[in-house]
Amino acid sequence: MIGHVRGVRRVALAALVAACGTSTPPASRVAPPAAPVTSGGALKAPAAFDGIADRAERSRALFAEAGKVLTHARCVNCHPPDETPRQGDLHAIHDPPIIRGAKDNGIAALQCTTCHQDRNAELARVPGAPGWHLAPIGMAWLGKTPAEICVQIKDPARNGGRSLDQIYDHFAHDGLVAWGWSPGADRVPAPGTQVELAALVHAWIETGAECPTEAVR
Amino acid sequence: MTIKLRVNGAPKELDADPEMPLLWALRDLLGLTGTKYGCGEALCGACTVHLDGLPVRACVTPVRRAVGREVTTIEGLHDHPLQRAWIDLAVPQCGYCQAGQIMTAAALLKAIPKPTDDDIDHSLAGNICRCGTYVRIRAAVKKAAGV
Repeated sequence: MIGHVRGVRRVALAALVAACGTSTPPASRVAPPAAPVTSGGALKAPAAFDGIADRAERSRALFAEAGKVLTHARCVNCHPPDETPRQGDLHAIHDPPIIRGAKDNGIAALQCTTCHQDRNAELARVPGAPGWHLAPIGMAWLGKTPAEICVQIKDPARNGGRSLDQIYDHFAHDGLVAWGWSPGADRVPAPGTQVELAALVHAWIETGAECPTEAVR
Repeated sequence: MTIKLRVNGAPKELDADPEMPLLWALRDLLGLTGTKYGCGEALCGACTVHLDGLPVRACVTPVRRAVGREVTTIEGLHDHPLQRAWIDLAVPQCGYCQAGQIMTAAALLKAIPKPTDDDIDHSLAGNICRCGTYVRIRAAVKKAAGV
């Protein structure tokens, strides 16, 4: 009798092992750990545009280069033209569904900072930076060309009343802007660095803050 | 490191890494197991608690964020109208998500005492219930609010 019970247990154990074995995906189907993405591509330095003799044309080219950052997913996902932020490189609707609220930081019972911390939560993959919030709807960039964004950020009615110097300061020093180059997890950073973007924006302002044509994308 | 905070009105001192999730501190160090671990990625809302009256996902909130602040958990609500409505309407099915649902709803009613259906839906959009009790949740929030 005891031998029979032991035999049943062995059969059951073998069945369990077999079941566990079949539930384990083959090694080839197991996704490797996501490697940190360290570069979103290069940005040219302002000096790269010194060969453009015409000052206004040089200014337009400088902004077009900066536009690589301003149209990047790490930036435009939080500059949506509607009520909900985006996420991912394909600008998917934020999950869970969130609405911007009157102050662009969510609603009373579901604010941005209900989930987002002052820094990236690496194990949970939740992005974070101090003061996580959406850009006001008047500053929407998602779906716009560099030319459209350029006109927009020079317009005090649509840039929060900022002067060109204040726009430079935003790009150069804002902590939420800085997150674009340290997005955490497997997110692709914005091109270049914040210092390189600031240099381009500074040079753009110094050359007259001209806006590129619609042909630039 | 010694972490000082208030939990449900009482001062607490914890010996914890400041990066420890608040949820771990509440459940493992303080024994307040009413707050649940769901996804660990701020996607389900099961771990919702209040920090100075506003909801946070405790699973991704480092305990350092709560230093010197008031943490309220489901244990701290004390016969809240929402809890009574939850019982009256038999809202929970498995019940696992319900503490988070109630904590979010409590924050909603504090901000908007007479919420509309849209207010409720938008506010609770981040609280997932795999049993699908959403219709009863909304009804209970409205019952508690008297609307």
